[in-house]
Amino acid sequence: MNIISALFYIFAALLCISAIQTITIKNPVHAALFLILTFVSASVLFMLQGAEFLALTLILVYVGAVMVLFLFVVMMLDVKLLENMRANFLTYIPTIALVSILFLGQIFYIIYKSIFSSDKNVNNINNLSVDLGNLSNTKALGKLLFTQYLPAFEIVGCILLVAIIVAVVLTLRSRKDSKSLDVTEQVKVKPEDRLTFVSSKINK
Amino acid sequence: MIVTTFHYLIASAILFIISLAGIFINRKNLIILLMSIELLLLSVNINFVTFSTYNNNLHGQIFVFFILTVAAAEAAIGLALLVILFRKIKNIQAEDISILKN
Repeated sequence: MNIISALFYIFAALLCISAIQTITIKNPVHAALFLILTFVSASVLFMLQGAEFLALTLILVYVGAVMVLFLFVVMMLDVKLLENMRANFLTYIPTIALVSILFLGQIFYIIYKSIFSSDKNVNNINNLSVDLGNLSNTKALGKLLFTQYLPAFEIVGCILLVAIIVAVVLTLRSRKDSKSLDVTEQVKVKPEDRLTFVSSKINK
Repeated sequence: MIVTTFHYLIASAILFIISLAGIFINRKNLIILLMSIELLLLSVNINFVTFSTYNNNLHGQIFVFFILTVAAAEAAIGLALLVILFRKIKNIQAEDISILKN
């Protein structure tokens, strides 16, 4: 067993264990931390297949940004409330197990069949990563992304912009104790709103 | 024992099933539901990278890049919705979202 196989088995096992912990653990903060572990081990699997750029992107984007967002939101909410949320999930365990095993069996069957019916010999895969000539993975990916997939790349940029705007607009709220001035209200003011004549009785 | 495409596909399938079970188990907790959806997308990504290696071209990896972007956008919007839901009903149980019912 060479080092690549050993790394694969270690991190695939870590991937499955931490995924199971993510879905079954009570405290949502711990669930988010186990999700980080899942993403890190998945990025090691990417690295083993030679997808270096994607492995690093997965760590930067998910562990760096998305998971921090998750943790931030979990801590903003009430953790005690979230912990008590999962009532009687033990009663659903037989159904869940049945559906999972059925589905897993189907997927195994499909993969197994397709391996023995294909002309390429999957079991004897020689290339551990994509053959790129003498380009690095990042450079080859960039060349493809900025030529053939340029329209898709721009659409994805638009999607990200929309996501930013939506997230800001949804969570924006006006505070009651805010000292900021509303310009429209100021411009709309008429003299009679501010000044009233009161006849006094002093000089009578 | 050499690692082949088959092993990666099996690992990805197991991750997919685990996250699917996670959606069943945590039907009430919206935040764990979002995490399960992220795990589903991750297992799809592992499949894409595996087949990209298997077919010896990079198009699969480009797709993973796009899936990552869209998943990040989805997580951001989902969490923003969760925050305003929590402000509104002080709870994030899926069964309490019945504002539109009446």
